Amino acid sequence: MTKQIHLAAQLPAIHNVTVWSDPRSTSQIAVDNFVHLARTAERGKFDFFFLAEGLRVREHKGHFYDLDVVGRPDNLTMLSTVAAVTRHLGVAATVNATFNEPYEVARRLATLDHLSGGRAAWNVVTSFDAFTGENFRRGGFLAEADRYTRAAEFLATARELWDSWADDDVQADPASGRFVPSEAGRFAHRGEHFDISGRFTTPRSPQGHPVIIQAGESPAGRDFAASDAEVVFSKYNRLDEARAFYQDVKGRLARYGRSPDDLRIMPTATVVVADTDAEAAAYADEITRAQVSPQTAIAHLEAVWGRDLSAYDPDGPLPDIDPESESLVLKGHSVFRTGRAETARRWRALAEERGLSIRELVIEVHGGQTFVGSPRTVADAVDHFVQSGGADGFVFAAHLTPGGLDDFVDRVVPLLQEKGALRRDYTGTTLRHHLGLPPLPRTQRTSGNTKEAS
Amino acid sequence: MNDTPLHLAVALDGAGWHPAAWRSQETPGALFTAAYWADLVTEAERGLLDFVTFEDSLGVQSAAPHRPDDRTDQVRGSLDAVLIAAFVAPLTTHIGLIPTVNVTHTEPFHVAVGIATLDHAAKGRAGWRPQIAPRAADATHFGRRSTPQLTDDDIRDSELIAKRLRPLFAEATEVVEVTRRLWDSWEDDAEIRDTATGRFIDRDKLHHIDFAGEYFSVRGPSITPRPPQGQPVIASVAHASTPYEFAARGCDVVFVTPFDRAGAKAILAQVDEAVEGAGRDLVERPLRRFAEVVVFLDDEPGAAARRKERLDTLNGAEYTSDAAIFTGTPGELADLLLDWRTTGLDGFRLRPGAVPQDLTAITRRLVPELRQRGAFRTEYGPGTLRDRLGLPAPRNRYARGD
Ligand SMILES: Cc1cc2nc3c(=O)[nH]c(=O)nc-3n(C[C@H](O)[C@H](O)[C@H](O)COP(=O)(O)O)c2cc1C
Repeated sequence: MTKQIHLAAQLPAIHNVTVWSDPRSTSQIAVDNFVHLARTAERGKFDFFFLAEGLRVREHKGHFYDLDVVGRPDNLTMLSTVAAVTRHLGVAATVNATFNEPYEVARRLATLDHLSGGRAAWNVVTSFDAFTGENFRRGGFLAEADRYTRAAEFLATARELWDSWADDDVQADPASGRFVPSEAGRFAHRGEHFDISGRFTTPRSPQGHPVIIQAGESPAGRDFAASDAEVVFSKYNRLDEARAFYQDVKGRLARYGRSPDDLRIMPTATVVVADTDAEAAAYADEITRAQVSPQTAIAHLEAVWGRDLSAYDPDGPLPDIDPESESLVLKGHSVFRTGRAETARRWRALAEERGLSIRELVIEVHGGQTFVGSPRTVADAVDHFVQSGGADGFVFAAHLTPGGLDDFVDRVVPLLQEKGALRRDYTGTTLRHHLGLPPLPRTQRTSGNTKEAS
Repeated sequence: MNDTPLHLAVALDGAGWHPAAWRSQETPGALFTAAYWADLVTEAERGLLDFVTFEDSLGVQSAAPHRPDDRTDQVRGSLDAVLIAAFVAPLTTHIGLIPTVNVTHTEPFHVAVGIATLDHAAKGRAGWRPQIAPRAADATHFGRRSTPQLTDDDIRDSELIAKRLRPLFAEATEVVEVTRRLWDSWEDDAEIRDTATGRFIDRDKLHHIDFAGEYFSVRGPSITPRPPQGQPVIASVAHASTPYEFAARGCDVVFVTPFDRAGAKAILAQVDEAVEGAGRDLVERPLRRFAEVVVFLDDEPGAAARRKERLDTLNGAEYTSDAAIFTGTPGELADLLLDWRTTGLDGFRLRPGAVPQDLTAITRRLVPELRQRGAFRTEYGPGTLRDRLGLPAPRNRYARGD
């Protein structure tokens, strides 16, 4: 049977995906643009709409980084707005587990799940750095090694809060005068990171728990995904790498008593569609060159080398000096956190071997556009990627805001539907259903405790 | 006709402010659905009201202001107010949206970014109501600090409550200051999209706020571009001198709770005193003063009082409130509002005793009554919530001005 493809759309905001210099790219913060992209995704029968998060404006060499789009919303707030103008589309918010507390996050996610009628998801991320911490009460309090132990306990605690109300707790029976049992919402959690108790305010939501998404890369991150997540994002969108990641992560599931089908793996991807393959290739090239401007090429190099390289010619060879071991010139950017010396070595070797300039090298490692071609070519490639075990679907980040997925949805989606690889219409109301995940068992209250209904 | 229009707002809370109100609802328990809130807010907008507020708290409701109770016969459970406001934003076009946000247990940075986002989502109609956590039990939900436990004696007197909670108000003042700085941390024209130099922003038009207070510090800037209103509206409820000072320092609207006309006059004098003490220039930064009234409204004389009594019976006790309770006809309420107003009030935040009936009585009966007397608008003008409230365009504290 043809494997079903799961699609998500992302309004990419920051990072150099968005080609803001194209006049068709408009505001990254105007609500109408979020609504436009979400409605496009819903027209294409996507599973969900996704927003990433970064809690500090990036800085580069002591200044705010000014080459990429800057400025983004509070995810849960904007997604609540998006939920009001869509009917089926899931809404997935990235929310950090380091600079938040479980009670409030669990409450806001449960609220989004109520308001959307069961369409909420949470991408649990763990950015922990002291730079970001400067925006928060506790500052940068967490050691890197502890980021996943806190995230795992955070999520476990949130699940306890969501389970503190049974499905049948809101009785609201005027005849008996009973609104809720007095036990509804009671919880007590004592652990290494959280010692909390009391009563949770929000009744159990339509999905019970929102869908849990994870985007970890390290072994600890992959284990967290395998034990706790229902969707995993990755950056691996070349088929060979993607297959390796897919097999690795799916292979970890059995250790946690889960089956490979309990988890959807969705790499980030971009797509360029035109009438012919040749036109699409030319357009893709143009997009990539806009994404990696000469200034951006130098900035990315500086991020890896950890020092000022503004004297270098972007069309000339890579620097022969070695990276600084300490100084991080680019702050608030997760991609360049670790392994800079090794990255620099690799980049230099690649540039030498192929005779690439700085900008050509950055374009090469940036990877260009994932799916490029006529509608037929793109449909075949997307389908092949999934059917051959590279992914369960993709998160498409549009290079134009908000119209960047219009072509894909209007011209490629019908072909995927023809192949029987993508639904022609939604068949359920919850995000869990769209993803092909079983609903959580209903819970009932028995003598003070919530229990799965038999 | 008065020269300044009367401002009217409605305070939404669960099934209404009477604790037994849920029992008269058509679908009790629907208050956890989106449609419920969408219906209420669109109804309020049909009445051309200035704004709606949404109550909230980081603990389960209780009949006692200072500690939890175990009652099972009243509404218990709630949804996050900011998210409700964000949900109704695209379903409405004019009405202001003012959710309550806790400032004791939350991150000031997240609060500022959330309200800025709400203002973007509502295209310039957002505000928020900072609220401290008066119940010590809520602190165990976070496990990070403890807050003062009020006693049964304390809660008899709002001055005593405020005195005991003074540190929380001091912290709330810092939170308000941080949100205002974060909203200014992007200048309006920070985004330049200069293709020649490849720069998306003018990096000199974003600013660290470098707030270092007694309770926390925040570096900034905001991750969200300056909201459409520049400074979304901040409104607070105040019953005593400390909260009057809090409002005088940082808020745009203060909700006060007089029980009669003389009380309104006395409270406004106290507010004036607090404004003077804060050294606030009311021309540059006006403070709008609203009185709160819980309302039960029916056309037939006596019917509203009887309805309230029936709810009191169901509740097992007479419903009393921190604000005045009105039962009567729309005409009588119009008389009262216009009379109290002459003390210098700008408007009223009405708390419907039971929704939807007391809300629709406001929008469909009270509003036409006021309009007949030339005291209420006949259409929404253009503009933001700030514009409607007559609050001037806020200067950005970080802009050098060129
Ligand atoms: C597709 C994708 C999306 C991500 N989105 C975010 C995000 O929005 N916010 C964030 O702080 N980190 C984000 N990350 C970073 C991951 O959460 C994670 O920190 C990173 O992959 C490194 O993995 P590790 O933490 O296991 O070392 C994302 C990663 C990927 C691959």
